[in-house]
Amino acid sequence: MAEQTVSEKPAATERPGKVEARPVRHPWQWVGVVVIAILAAMMINSFVTNSKWDWHFVWRVMEYRPVLEGLVKGTIICTLGAMVVGIVLGITLAVMRLSTNPVLRGVAFVFTWFFRAVPRYVLLVVLGVGVLYLYPKLDFGLPFTDVHFYTLDVKSVSSGILVGIIGLGLSEAAYMAEIARAGLLSVDTGQHEAASAIGMSRGKAMRRIILPQAMRVIVPPTGNETIAMVKDTSLLSAVPVTTELFFQANAVANSTYLVMPALVAAVIWYLIVCSILMVGQTMLERYFGRGFGGQTGGNKQSWRGRMLSLRAGGGGM
Amino acid sequence: MNAETRPLVEAVNLHKHFHGVDVLKGIDMTVAEGEVVCLLGPSGSGKTTFLRCINQLEIFDGGRLYVDGDLLGLRESGGSLHRLSEKHIAQQRRQIGMVFQRFNLFPHKTALDNVIEGPVQVGGVSKKQARIEAGELLERVGLSERADHYPAQLSGGQQQRVAIARALAMKPKLMLFDEPTSALDPELVGEVLAVMRELADDGMTMVVVTHEIAFAREVADRVVFMDGGVVVEEGKPADVIRNPQHERTKTFLSRIIAEQEQHAAAAAELVKPPE
Ligand SMILES: Nc1ncnc2c1ncn2[C@@H]1O[C@H](COP(=O)(O)OP(=O)(O)OP(=O)(O)O)[C@@H](O)[C@H]1O
Ligand SMILES: [Mg+2]
Repeated sequence: MAEQTVSEKPAATERPGKVEARPVRHPWQWVGVVVIAILAAMMINSFVTNSKWDWHFVWRVMEYRPVLEGLVKGTIICTLGAMVVGIVLGITLAVMRLSTNPVLRGVAFVFTWFFRAVPRYVLLVVLGVGVLYLYPKLDFGLPFTDVHFYTLDVKSVSSGILVGIIGLGLSEAAYMAEIARAGLLSVDTGQHEAASAIGMSRGKAMRRIILPQAMRVIVPPTGNETIAMVKDTSLLSAVPVTTELFFQANAVANSTYLVMPALVAAVIWYLIVCSILMVGQTMLERYFGRGFGGQTGGNKQSWRGRMLSLRAGGGGM
Repeated sequence: MNAETRPLVEAVNLHKHFHGVDVLKGIDMTVAEGEVVCLLGPSGSGKTTFLRCINQLEIFDGGRLYVDGDLLGLRESGGSLHRLSEKHIAQQRRQIGMVFQRFNLFPHKTALDNVIEGPVQVGGVSKKQARIEAGELLERVGLSERADHYPAQLSGGQQQRVAIARALAMKPKLMLFDEPTSALDPELVGEVLAVMRELADDGMTMVVVTHEIAFAREVADRVVFMDGGVVVEEGKPADVIRNPQHERTKTFLSRIIAEQEQHAAAAAELVKPPE
């Protein structure tokens, strides 16, 4: 589309001045906008006129107490808990994988191998049912003897949510380990050497110099993992945990036969939680990105970049 | 031996190999306190490896290396040698400052935070005290204005000067420089060399790997020429540079001096005002 025309040809004596060229036109873009606008109008129209959507009921389900409780306990707390377990354990595993000690490396490898292979749903069922069946009591004492200092009644503490957090957290750690390992490897070896040269121990260099730089690489995929985790909390019914958003919304749907409005209520809550997480992720990225690239007016761009990377990476979740 | 000439660095028959390839083949060298030694030599001759052994970024395989009388990385007891723990090695490193070819500043910290990192985290100095001292150091390298800048916002020459300040912040007895100006654009080399020259004038003990012959000639007390993992020739800069005794030294020097004259000519051409 060579529609660029320079408005005036400068006179032979004049030196060429400011370029006042018309931008390239994209007529198909406008056709697209019109089509999308029509489709959107049709959709909104149906939302408003089709009484089966029943927005009033959607709102009531959204603020229905058991649903809210499920949202807070089952979805939000479990997501946060599982991600804390996953990130801490995952970074530990990554450091172990990169250690010179073969025992640590082996342990980290086997852990990752196991928890990556077991589906989360299966893992949650196994933890929820199996652990209680296999180990109703935990004895703390000297191994292979009858000496016990303390006996824990597993049944009394095994609340479903805790099992859910541990199960999802262990599974997440296996993925976070790989993400953290990539992050640690992305830091230049010169950084280790510079830290050593000012007399830092390896642990301190890891905490103060290497990890903060690795975070720049670790944070974006971790944001993706967190959002995926929000959705995976809907697997908690396998434990079984019933104080969970999807389970509760589904229960409302089953008891009232108003299936769509009840599920739409859950969808809207998932959308809200994930939107808030995306904002948090952007702020974290800006924090850990300090010192890398200019710090002027990158906001708009980083937002766009994030959206693009989400689109590109979202498919695998 | 009086205090003036006490050896601060003493390498005795130092050997180092990588995967069976000998890189250092018996280096004997001493550096007296307050002395500035320039290491010259062709690429691959083992200059960097020697410096890294002094700072224990590499572990030598043979011979002995002493800094200020301490045997590096090893402990002799009951007639046998024991490796030192990581903690002990870190302690030995604290008395040695190192400046890298590629600066290696911490990119997530400002210039000032780069400089105070060592004293605060390793030296146990209070943050307030460390800030005051870091401010003085940054002033000494001419960068007071840039204290709040991140490394990415500084030119190569400025970054290298911050790196020198960072190393000095640990109050080292010995400074090691590994080609501190070879990653710099020609017009930025001078500012870094000026800082190093001042440091030398202040009496710092320095071992400098460099290809800057003019710097070696003017600043060094002694020049050591290495090739193939051994010291080929050493002596006063005027003697070694103007009147090298060994064929290898002659070849290397004539090549490098011709190169530098070419660069100088090109630079002069660049700065020549247009007619
Ligand atoms: N980590 C390593 N593993 C294997 N070989 C190495 C390693 N480090 C250095 N070498 C080898 O040791 C030899 C000496 O390297 P060194 O870096 O000490 O040379 P140099 O004198 O500093 O050279 P240059 O002027 O190019 O910096 C080279 O042949 C190099 O390939
Ligand atoms: Mg080198």
